[in-house]
Amino acid sequence: MATLSTPAAGAAAGAEVVRARLTGGKADVRGRVFQLALVGCLGLALVVLAVLLVDVITGGWEVLSQRLGDFLSGRLSSRPARAGISQGLAGSFWIAVFVVCLAFPIGIAAAIYLEEYAPRSRLTRVIDVNIRNLAGVPSVVYGILGFAVFVKALGSLTGGRTIMAAGITLAVLVLPIVIITAAEAIRAVPDSIREAGFGVGATRWEVVRGHVLPYAAPGILTGTVLALARALGEAAPLLLVGAVTGFLGSDFAIFDTNQVRERFTAMPMVIFNWAQQPRDEFRALTAAAIVVLLVVVLLANSAAILLRNRYEKKRG
Amino acid sequence: MSTIEPGIRLSDLRGDTRRLRTERVVRGVLLGGAVLSIVISALIVLSLVREAWTFITQVEWASLWTTGWFPRRGLYDVKTLLVGSILVTAIAMAVAVPVGLGAAVYLAEYASGRVRRVLKPALEILAGIPSVVLGFFALTWISPQVVQRLHGDASLFNLAAAGIGVGILTVPLVASISEDAMRSVPLALREASAGMGARKVTTTVSVVIPAAVSGLVAAFIVAVSRAIGETMVVAIAAGATGGSQFTTNVFKPGQTMTAGMAAQAAGTDAVRGQALTFQSLFFVGLLLFLITLGLNLVADRYVRRVRQKY
Repeated sequence: MATLSTPAAGAAAGAEVVRARLTGGKADVRGRVFQLALVGCLGLALVVLAVLLVDVITGGWEVLSQRLGDFLSGRLSSRPARAGISQGLAGSFWIAVFVVCLAFPIGIAAAIYLEEYAPRSRLTRVIDVNIRNLAGVPSVVYGILGFAVFVKALGSLTGGRTIMAAGITLAVLVLPIVIITAAEAIRAVPDSIREAGFGVGATRWEVVRGHVLPYAAPGILTGTVLALARALGEAAPLLLVGAVTGFLGSDFAIFDTNQVRERFTAMPMVIFNWAQQPRDEFRALTAAAIVVLLVVVLLANSAAILLRNRYEKKRG
Repeated sequence: MSTIEPGIRLSDLRGDTRRLRTERVVRGVLLGGAVLSIVISALIVLSLVREAWTFITQVEWASLWTTGWFPRRGLYDVKTLLVGSILVTAIAMAVAVPVGLGAAVYLAEYASGRVRRVLKPALEILAGIPSVVLGFFALTWISPQVVQRLHGDASLFNLAAAGIGVGILTVPLVASISEDAMRSVPLALREASAGMGARKVTTTVSVVIPAAVSGLVAAFIVAVSRAIGETMVVAIAAGATGGSQFTTNVFKPGQTMTAGMAAQAAGTDAVRGQALTFQSLFFVGLLLFLITLGLNLVADRYVRRVRQKY
């Protein structure tokens, strides 16, 4: 070892020598195989994701490239050449409105209460366990809740099997997710920030509004965007609340609040409906509709993930 | 009134009443938001139990154990749905546990920071794929390209493809909970093991994984609960709209609890039917709710154990 080298390279070489001595000069075959198997597992999951994306994009390419405008503005139809997804898009838009207006404020309020206000009482513990269990309730069961409560019991308010009933049902479905993620973001705010606020005589709400919420905002936003993406992709509850799966008569427009009490469909329902049609033309339509849904959902998801990563890095 | 310092009285420190009133109102509103979650739970249970009770008290018990699940014909063979759910869940776990656990071990123990920052979001993208999409994928790709190649007699609609689809859906869930569990194992344990001369494999397999085992068990239970509750993949890929004969053959169409409910609600645009068809939906819903609730409670206990230990 007479050759001169930089200290770093020397250290690296030294580490190699030490490692070789310790392992007795033998290659660590078992370790390599194990690591390869692990990479294989992760790789398999990502390959499946890639195959899925390629499969739906190639399947829907013909429809998307030849009649994109038509497809986006067309209505549900039994004739594949004319069928479009405008009613599905409008339904999903309204579902998003309900989720944003109901689940977000209520969920964040509940999270603030649980993290900042709640005494260590039995009620708090019950609420806490309850919320975590609600997050694990299957979505079809929320569909039953929506049907029994928002379609039947509150039918005079929602108008029965309408987009309003569906929107409220999905808002209820994502509420626990919003609460859990918002609570986590609030919990991550350092106590010193609160103490500084109290120290200058602020009330609890003033501390929360002025300091805790701004600090936790990126985390809360991430959680809410993920919850919204989840609501947009959910189909099972809509099935039970009574989304239209066949033909929808009304010309469903987006910016018309009267539509809130009309029969409805939504993107996942359009996909479900078309996926069950045996004809090949509908295969292509399904794939095209999936591409549109994935663009919306995955954009929302990636935005949330990027946002979280950036903010994690900043806070160290 | 005792003075603390000349000129300042205790009432001065109480703050002005307007601010205190705001404080009380805000507190009440926030509490309302939190209590609403209990109201929702109560509503779920109530809406399930009311109609399910009608079903339980009025159904002929013989029709609960027949040849298949055909609610519109008055045949409510619960074991068809239960066995279907168990088969799909078992296949899903056979896919999700090794793949998810392997990915988690890699991300937690082997991947460098840079690799992790790229691969983890990719896995999270997979978690964001809606279940209708995976249902379509299971029907149009997994079934013809994987299941029918492995088993020539398989029909296009089959439980195996549905199970694999559900498995793919739960991989990110297993991976993320397991990874959290392994990352919460203190570094000192790994260093101690390495200090004893153990290789990375040995450290991972005999130190980190046993230390994280309760978190891994929780991941498994949560995944099972999620797989049992998964609806759309099975509704699309397993066929059997309307009803299903009792079957244990995973290469044939079949039905699960969730898909049975979906099939009843779909097709007619509404949940309806004669006699107890309508109520049977609530009965299956209640069964599903109780099973997943039980699983979630057990998983919660395991997660709590990880948290207390370290």
